[in-house]
Amino acid sequence: MNGAAVEFRGVSYQVPNGREILHDFNLVVPRGEILVLLGRSGSGKTTALKLVNRLYELSSGDLLVESRAAREWDIIKLRRSIGYAIQEVGLFPHYTVSRNIGVVPAIEQWAPERTEARVQELLKLVGLNSDIGPRYPHQLSGGQRQRVGVARALAADPPILLMDEPFGALDPLTRADLQREFLSLQEQLGKTVLFVTHDLHEALLLGTRIALLEEGRLVSTSSPQEFLHSSDPLVQKYVQAFSAAEQVRGGK
Amino acid sequence: MNFWSFMVQNRDEVAQLTLEHLWIVGISTMFSVGIGVPLGILITRRPKLHNPVIITANIIQTIPSLALFGFLLPTPWIGDRAGRLAVLALTLYALLPLIRNTYAGIKGVDRAVVEAARGMGLTDWQLLCKVELPLAASVILAGMRVAVVISVGLATIAAAIGAGGLGELIFRGLAMVNNSVILAGAVPAALMALLADFGLGWLGRRFAPPQAA
Ligand SMILES: Nc1ncnc2c1ncn2[C@@H]1O[C@H](COP(=O)(O)OP(=O)(O)O)[C@@H](O)[C@H]1O
Ligand SMILES: [Mg+2]
Repeated sequence: MNGAAVEFRGVSYQVPNGREILHDFNLVVPRGEILVLLGRSGSGKTTALKLVNRLYELSSGDLLVESRAAREWDIIKLRRSIGYAIQEVGLFPHYTVSRNIGVVPAIEQWAPERTEARVQELLKLVGLNSDIGPRYPHQLSGGQRQRVGVARALAADPPILLMDEPFGALDPLTRADLQREFLSLQEQLGKTVLFVTHDLHEALLLGTRIALLEEGRLVSTSSPQEFLHSSDPLVQKYVQAFSAAEQVRGGK
Repeated sequence: MNFWSFMVQNRDEVAQLTLEHLWIVGISTMFSVGIGVPLGILITRRPKLHNPVIITANIIQTIPSLALFGFLLPTPWIGDRAGRLAVLALTLYALLPLIRNTYAGIKGVDRAVVEAARGMGLTDWQLLCKVELPLAASVILAGMRVAVVISVGLATIAAAIGAGGLGELIFRGLAMVNNSVILAGAVPAALMALLADFGLGWLGRRFAPPQAA
């Protein structure tokens, strides 16, 4: 046991038609860390995430989950021990909120009372009122939907969470709320989180470490502080673009 | 003799032929759903099979019905009885709308929903039964609605090969040049088609996913 929850060792990924979109990817994610995968769109962040829960199968290299090669895991068991939250949320439109949150408990055949208790607990945890349980996803606001998505990902208490731009589609105020709540949630839960974003502000706010991707390659990994003061030209480019945006926002 | 008095005097025969008609349509619909829906599911899983399957079902639909009855006549066992022949022909005709709608219904499920479901660790079977089929149900039912309405009409032609059903009255009326007899076959058949159309339309709306309802 080396304490790493997820480890990429020289991982590459090729799409079936032959184009390689992730190249020689090396990254160790220790338990309890929020590792942010940062990069412009098309840089390969989603691809890297989907290799972890094997929605994509890597082409070469090794990917370890809980110190065991992902390909040696039973794929269903692997996915049920990894929470997955995505920008589009993907709630089941024909299930109520409660049933959506209880999907994994239900297929894991928990007793109904246990599932129900867990659903109530999760609603509270993600800051939702319990009277929202009987509603359908289309009756919720975007922020509520994403909260339900996070609750669903947490339902079976998986040690690892994969989050793919979960707050990317929300208005800035709601996004700030969810980011803040996510941090305090993480303080209580101490999950290992792989968090994808293209937003440097979000990366700096949430990440214990930031991994910068560019064209399918890992450019650097650093703490938020190191990131801001890095001498790497690509990192600097990113920081400059960001500070320019901040200046506009500040009205200077 | 007018239509009404013919209906009243021959109500037993009309009822008998209506039941035969229902039976042919009912059994063939069962078979076409039993074959068409799994085929529709299969071609969502095996994209290479999509075109061959759809094209075959399309070609079958373009064969004129009388010619199809003729083609199927030499089939062993099936050809022995007109009823079996009619059921087989109607089953084949109804396949296309069922295959096509099952495919379209499943392909129409929001990709994010499928992705989330797979990411959470649903098995292929759970994904199909808990997510794809329920969300495709109203589209599949719409295909079934088309299939049943086509079948009710086609089943009248099955009388030409002696399969019975309401077509018998229509052909008899044509031979006798008697409109009342023709109508005694045509009106119940039309009512049956309308009822099936309405009933399956209602079911389809009931099974529509919540946000579409
Ligand atoms: N199934 C696919 N087939 C071909 N190219 C793909 C496929 N999926 C993603 N890509 C390409 O791979 C690159 C990385 O995509 P992705 O991981 O989604 O980036 P990100 O999440 O950082 O925006 C992009 O150039 C994208 O166009
Ligand atoms: Mg992405």
